[in-house]
Amino acid sequence: MIITLPWLKEHLKTDAKENEIVERLTSIGLEVESIKENSEELSKFKIAKIIKAEKHPNADKLKVCDVTIGGKETLKVVCGASNARDGLITIYAPPGAVIPKTKFELKIAKIRGVESKGMLCSGSELNLSEDSEGIIELNGKEKEIGKSYFKNKIGKLIDIAITPNRPDCLGVRGIARDLSSTGIGKLKSVKKKKFKQTSNQNIKISITKDKHQGCHIFGSCYIKNIVNKESPKWLQEKLLTIGLKPISAVVDITNYVMFDLNRPLHAYDADKIDREIIVRDSKDGEEFEALDNKKYKLKKGMCVISDKSSVLGLGGIIGGIKTSTELNTKNLLLESAYFLPSSIRKTSRELTIDTDAKYRFERGIDPNSVLEGLEVATELILKICGGQASKFSITGKNSQKNKIIKFDIKNFENLIGIPISTNEVQKILSSLGFTFKKEKKHINVKIPSWRPDVNQDVDLIEELIRIKGFKNIKQIDPERKRENETLNFKQKLFHLSQRSLASKGYLESVTWSFTDSKIDNQFSKGEKEITIFNPISSDLDVLRRSIFSNLAIYLKKNQDRGYEDLSLFEIGPVFFGKNPGEQQIIAGALKSGKVGRKSWIEKERNIDVFDIKSDVIKTLIELGVSEQNLFISDITKHCYHPGRSGSITLKSEKGPHLAYFGEIHPAIIKKLDFKEPNVYGFEIFLKNIPEPSKKIRQTKKSFQPSDFQKSQRDFAFVIDKIFKIGLLEKIIKEIDTSIIKEVSTFDVYEGENIPKDKKSVAINVTLQSTNKTLNEKDLDQISQKIIDTVNNKTGATIRS
Amino acid sequence: MSDLEKISSIFNAKIDSVKTKEDLQIIKTEFFGKNGQITNQFKTLGSLQPEKRKEFASNLNKIKDDLTSQIEQKDFELSNAEINEKLKNEKVDVTLPIRPFQQGKIHPVSQVIDEISSIFSEIGFSVAEGPDVETEYNNFTALNTPKDHPARDMHDTFYLEKNKKLLLRTHTSPVQIRTMLGGKPPFKIIVPGRTYRCDSDQTHAPMFHQLEGLHIDKKITMGHLKGCLNYFIKEFFEVKNVKMRFRPSHFPFTEPSAEVDIGYKIENEKIIIGDGDKWLEILGCGMVHPNVLKNAKVDPKKYQGFAFGMGIDRLAMLKYGINDLRAFFETDYRWLSHFGFDPLDVPTNYRGLSK
Repeated sequence: MIITLPWLKEHLKTDAKENEIVERLTSIGLEVESIKENSEELSKFKIAKIIKAEKHPNADKLKVCDVTIGGKETLKVVCGASNARDGLITIYAPPGAVIPKTKFELKIAKIRGVESKGMLCSGSELNLSEDSEGIIELNGKEKEIGKSYFKNKIGKLIDIAITPNRPDCLGVRGIARDLSSTGIGKLKSVKKKKFKQTSNQNIKISITKDKHQGCHIFGSCYIKNIVNKESPKWLQEKLLTIGLKPISAVVDITNYVMFDLNRPLHAYDADKIDREIIVRDSKDGEEFEALDNKKYKLKKGMCVISDKSSVLGLGGIIGGIKTSTELNTKNLLLESAYFLPSSIRKTSRELTIDTDAKYRFERGIDPNSVLEGLEVATELILKICGGQASKFSITGKNSQKNKIIKFDIKNFENLIGIPISTNEVQKILSSLGFTFKKEKKHINVKIPSWRPDVNQDVDLIEELIRIKGFKNIKQIDPERKRENETLNFKQKLFHLSQRSLASKGYLESVTWSFTDSKIDNQFSKGEKEITIFNPISSDLDVLRRSIFSNLAIYLKKNQDRGYEDLSLFEIGPVFFGKNPGEQQIIAGALKSGKVGRKSWIEKERNIDVFDIKSDVIKTLIELGVSEQNLFISDITKHCYHPGRSGSITLKSEKGPHLAYFGEIHPAIIKKLDFKEPNVYGFEIFLKNIPEPSKKIRQTKKSFQPSDFQKSQRDFAFVIDKIFKIGLLEKIIKEIDTSIIKEVSTFDVYEGENIPKDKKSVAINVTLQSTNKTLNEKDLDQISQKIIDTVNNKTGATIRS
Repeated sequence: MSDLEKISSIFNAKIDSVKTKEDLQIIKTEFFGKNGQITNQFKTLGSLQPEKRKEFASNLNKIKDDLTSQIEQKDFELSNAEINEKLKNEKVDVTLPIRPFQQGKIHPVSQVIDEISSIFSEIGFSVAEGPDVETEYNNFTALNTPKDHPARDMHDTFYLEKNKKLLLRTHTSPVQIRTMLGGKPPFKIIVPGRTYRCDSDQTHAPMFHQLEGLHIDKKITMGHLKGCLNYFIKEFFEVKNVKMRFRPSHFPFTEPSAEVDIGYKIENEKIIIGDGDKWLEILGCGMVHPNVLKNAKVDPKKYQGFAFGMGIDRLAMLKYGINDLRAFFETDYRWLSHFGFDPLDVPTNYRGLSK
């Protein structure tokens, strides 16, 4: 909502300066978003005088004018206007100015061989009038030469953000009223209208009792024998400042009243109305052409104003071409009505129409302003266009009851923390238009009809503290006290896994929760797509079902930038359904490229599945799962390379899934066209990480190191090629956990000297007892036991 | 000159010319070997008169100790010389680069969430969460924003289906409803999380992060709200004082509602928070609307309190001088490396929030 100080002062008697008013507006919740010199563009237009106008040497219809804008210098301006003459005072636009009508920026240019510095303007070029014949003539402005033409007249533009609860401030008067309550000025009273109303309003008006009837009151006035014309300059300028284009006196007056009093009106050319006005629900498929020159096809149940033959307009939203007023309109019907916000909102949303009237009605117009709107507008029309007004006709009635709130003043202090006196309450509320009656324990406050936002006592408290000033609330510093844990287990895991992964060289990424379905489908084959009904773009059309979808997109982008050896991770939600809660937090990572690329010391190699496996396992251990509870198998998902991937479950193959890891399926890599195709990834399912039931201090065993020597033995088994070494190690470990402390594979060999379906596995076993140093005999015994057990369970033989 | 003195002087002459460990070994054998000169002297001990023996033995031991220590000394010198000789050939150029490694980083949003959690933890707030997909009821209606309320226009909402029943939450406020429905007052929570609006330009991203705060108890007033936010802003920006302004505003779920501005100035093209004559809007807040409490099955006659919401990404931008919001979500390796945080920089109270 844009206002200017002069306009505001038509309603508010005040001596306050601009900055005080601006500050006050913001402090009561009418936030001033910007203050602009009445359009910096417009301030460039200067009042100027033609010192001498001579014929252009090379063009008959052009003149070369010497123009002064007050300084010593005279400017040469080429002008085509027939009225350009010596001594004329007019408006000069310098190079750099943008002509309001054409939006064309002026430059110094040669016109038929003569350089012209800027131009002299017609009324039409400045959007001041339709007059394009000749340049503007300003008589008697000799003293103002050099000054901006617009600046002093209109004042600065103050742009106020009006929150949706305050429709009353969508008019200058409402803003003045709010300001007056702060004591910065006095709200001026409205002058009683004086004009004659002799005849009756003879056009029949009816509001049907339709199911969805969105119109409750329809007030009207018939004004005959008017002469519609261009508006007077004061009115045109008012509208221009707030960005509206003057059209004709009748239309301009209705717009003016809307912005001045927040009272939308509509004017019909009465001669174009077929017999009578019927306010009714639209029928399905009805069509009408609106003032925005668009044809609308209506659905059933929209509130329309119609006559006997067709729809004339969408009530409270937009009028129609059929009955629109024109300069030759002789008789008009002025409408001032009340439409239900919900009806306006529904219709405008379905048809996607946004107008100033719609904006106001959907927020709630004062139903009691119907008459005032008719009065003010009729008086202005009679004054500017002449004619005779009928008596006002009001159809329907205000169905809203006066709201009364029982208000206990103590509630103010209870909620805000500082007291307020009854006196202050009365002063603030009455200046805002509330009235009240004092009872024993409370006051009954009657809410003005223009305040749909005030419904209960907190709303009154808000009004009071808003005007009293938030700065008066006493700050109570918080106590440094904590009774509950800040983070629960899952939240701690979330934070820990971020730091755990970052400490392994991964960069944390945060990407959208939605993604490109084409990519997502690659990673989530067979799962149901979760589409967004109104995506922001077609490549962000689904909720991601895989943490890899966006990571892959961005990994590729980074590769394309030339960064090929990269590790990225994201911890965030992935979705498995469209209902709330059908999501889980995944810690996912992608790693691509090589280790030791172009290193003088390290041998360059592709990263491999054991790099990624190592990262997953270390992370899981850091997240609190003990290593012996990590069960690793080659169960995998379709988005991974079937031979170079696996999964980790808790304790056994059937345990909950902790993670998948492995090489990303080459088919996906190819489809996405990765520059560096060596890409590995993992997904950790944080929800499956078990929460320990006891604190570490409760579960930690006492420290009992063995005082006895440890020994090492190496074994080389020849075993079936498909036999999993993880299982082999496990078998050995479990033979005697009191003595076998560590088992680790240090070589795997296939080829010469080994049968085709076998492999040789070299395993180092660390042996240590807690009660004695193992002698040769003990060691031989346990070695034999290892060899026998392995042979029994796997068929492996010791390599000779 | 006694025999012992002779031995000693021969030894002295020889040990001085020793150049290698082999030479030293020869001397060792010559004097201390099976038939070594010192060894042989010990062999004579038994044949001496008891009175002479004592003196001789004492002298012999002295000489033996002396020669032994000289041998040890020589051995030590030779070893040192040997090591030093070896080290001469072992010089590497330590200015050569180390083995390549990748430095991981924490995203600024995560870091700032940790900072915020740490600050609110001090005054007793716990972290709560809710789903990204919400019902239209939790996101709007329960928060006192009924259908057809124009305030819904301020949220450009992503919907999952045409009937608009399911949506991506436009703010973290529905977690207020979930938390209150799921427990008993008092409530003292913060809710960091992803939020979504279908709006995208230089200053808007279709996804961003919000921090919700909610404190409901019996006597929580707007004075507490002011104190809580003042504390937070000071701690977060790590300044002693902060100029703050509460400005009336409107949110359907709070009444009264306020927007909070903080003072700032620009010095050397850097933003200085807390002081100065410019105002920066930083968050919205207010006293929880009784209708919201009712919808969440909390009795507004007994309980009241405040709520606030702020943009985490924006806080991160302000604190760490990041200009472009969209870059947060574009996973540019260079950006992440530049603005990301070392994983060991965990914000804590005792060590300070940030380096």
